[in-house]
Amino acid sequence: MSDERTLDLLEAKIRELQELNKMEGMDLSSEITKLETKLESLRAALYADLSDWDRVKIARHSKRPYACDYFERIFTDFYELHGDRFVGDDRALIIGLARLDGKPVAVIGQQKGRTTEENKERFFGMPRPQGYRKAHRLLLLAERFDLPVISLVDTAGAYPGLESESGNIGGAIAENLALMSRLRVPIVVCIVGEGGSGGALAVGVGDRILMLENATFSVISPEGAAAILWKDKDRTREAAEALQLTAGKLLRLGLIDEVVPEPLGGAHKNWPEVFESVRTSLVRHVEELQNTPRERLVEARYARYRNTGEFHTLAEA
Amino acid sequence: MPIFKDREYLRVELERSQDESLWMQCKACGELVFKRRVRENNNICPNCGEYFFLTAPERIESLIDEGSFVDISKPIVAGDPLAFIDSKSYPERIEVAQERTGLPSAILIAEAKMGEIPVVMGVMDFRFVGGSMGSVVGEQICYGMEQAAERKTPFILISSSGGARIQEGMYALMQMAKTAAVRERLARDAVPFISVMAYPTTGGVQASVASLGDIIIAERGALIGFAGRRVIRDTTGEDLPANFQTDAFAFQHGFIDRVVNRENLREELIHVIRFFQSTEKRES
Repeated sequence: MSDERTLDLLEAKIRELQELNKMEGMDLSSEITKLETKLESLRAALYADLSDWDRVKIARHSKRPYACDYFERIFTDFYELHGDRFVGDDRALIIGLARLDGKPVAVIGQQKGRTTEENKERFFGMPRPQGYRKAHRLLLLAERFDLPVISLVDTAGAYPGLESESGNIGGAIAENLALMSRLRVPIVVCIVGEGGSGGALAVGVGDRILMLENATFSVISPEGAAAILWKDKDRTREAAEALQLTAGKLLRLGLIDEVVPEPLGGAHKNWPEVFESVRTSLVRHVEELQNTPRERLVEARYARYRNTGEFHTLAEA
Repeated sequence: MPIFKDREYLRVELERSQDESLWMQCKACGELVFKRRVRENNNICPNCGEYFFLTAPERIESLIDEGSFVDISKPIVAGDPLAFIDSKSYPERIEVAQERTGLPSAILIAEAKMGEIPVVMGVMDFRFVGGSMGSVVGEQICYGMEQAAERKTPFILISSSGGARIQEGMYALMQMAKTAAVRERLARDAVPFISVMAYPTTGGVQASVASLGDIIIAERGALIGFAGRRVIRDTTGEDLPANFQTDAFAFQHGFIDRVVNRENLREELIHVIRFFQSTEKRES
């Protein structure tokens, strides 16, 4: 969004005038008000009509709040647990115990890095088999102690590499899908950034699937689809539209349950506002689900996944 | 012949239905071989032993007791929930695949007998949009499992799939969760599920139902893995070993129970289902 630069420049100009206004004792307030009005209308116009590709870029924005930011800000007593008990501790997938609105919950989050160093450690937020197996053990723990599970999804995908493949990344994902489909505690999933394919779904099966307004959830990245289907890696815009990967579109298709609003321009513009929306939404859903008898909860989740799919039934001859 | 060959990929050839000639050239040994002999030999080159693709009907024929086949597939065909268009529209793509294969979708669900034991079998056909799993393939697998549970017979899935069907977007991704969920019901009901991974079993199919078998058997020459070679190279620039994602690789890393030659697959499956049949008797 190159037009964002115009907004930044205008913002800088207003700040400059505000400083002058203070220092020189001259009255620039009408000038400032005019510019502020202009800024607001420009901002509204720019963000009113985001393309799907714009949203992909917002979902990937490096200043967007990440899973651990949510853990620290909307939960209390976050207590991280480490390791899959076999191979190691995957830093791209964080698990822990926490309290939401004072009540105990188990949390899972996919975590990207903000610096090169951190990204190296976190494999750019792409979990390996040990990450998914770490989540698997937390799910079992949650079931044992009747803890609701909250999973914050944000990954470009499972880490594609020799180590992952040698560790049967596909098998690890499959085991999580199977377990989450029948776990006897409430699971609330919120896609907070990128929902990249099987690597996202592997911690993304639940009773409620929420998405932040500018988050994406897709079977393949627009880049991948462009390369495979259009044989042209530059046609990502088109691919992004075709894949119907935005929160709004997926809600209309009935594949997710709720869109959590973001501040104008994206979650990175105002963290506290995002934390408040996500917190409110999570609290509400967990409470609803906690009031559902476990048997009914699991049956409803089963029915949801069992009935997902769109096809034509042929008239029998 | 050794079970494990070091190679990048099995070289396979799709049988071209339009090709009327009686002879075909084996891509592995270069020999001109009589097509009918290849067919009678389970699509294995009579000269060098190389495997060619089996279509779903050919696969079924090669495994089951003669004359025991009943097609119990649900009468469904792909929708177009995203109105997806790339180089052609998705409905067009489906139509072409249907014409080319004579099949309604990328999978057949069969009720049949193997060694006189009744089974329900799902068999994928790679010719149909790469055997990819969209809503129809997902639904058929689930339906097949439910039929197996109802009949109290083992469920056998023969995968040959590149993964999720991109043209169905999130509906395709969700089939991974759907098939895994139904597989769990099968486990709860103690219905044996034998997953056979044929060439190729990759992406969303390997990362869901195919990896959840009570017993997992790879057909020799299978390609097994999650992310493709190209994706891995583009993302990480890693050098990948020559046997990467082969049957041997999957076996060495413990993903699968056994690697089986095509000519022995029927025999091995019968052995396994007979074993489970005996456990059932003991319980009752």
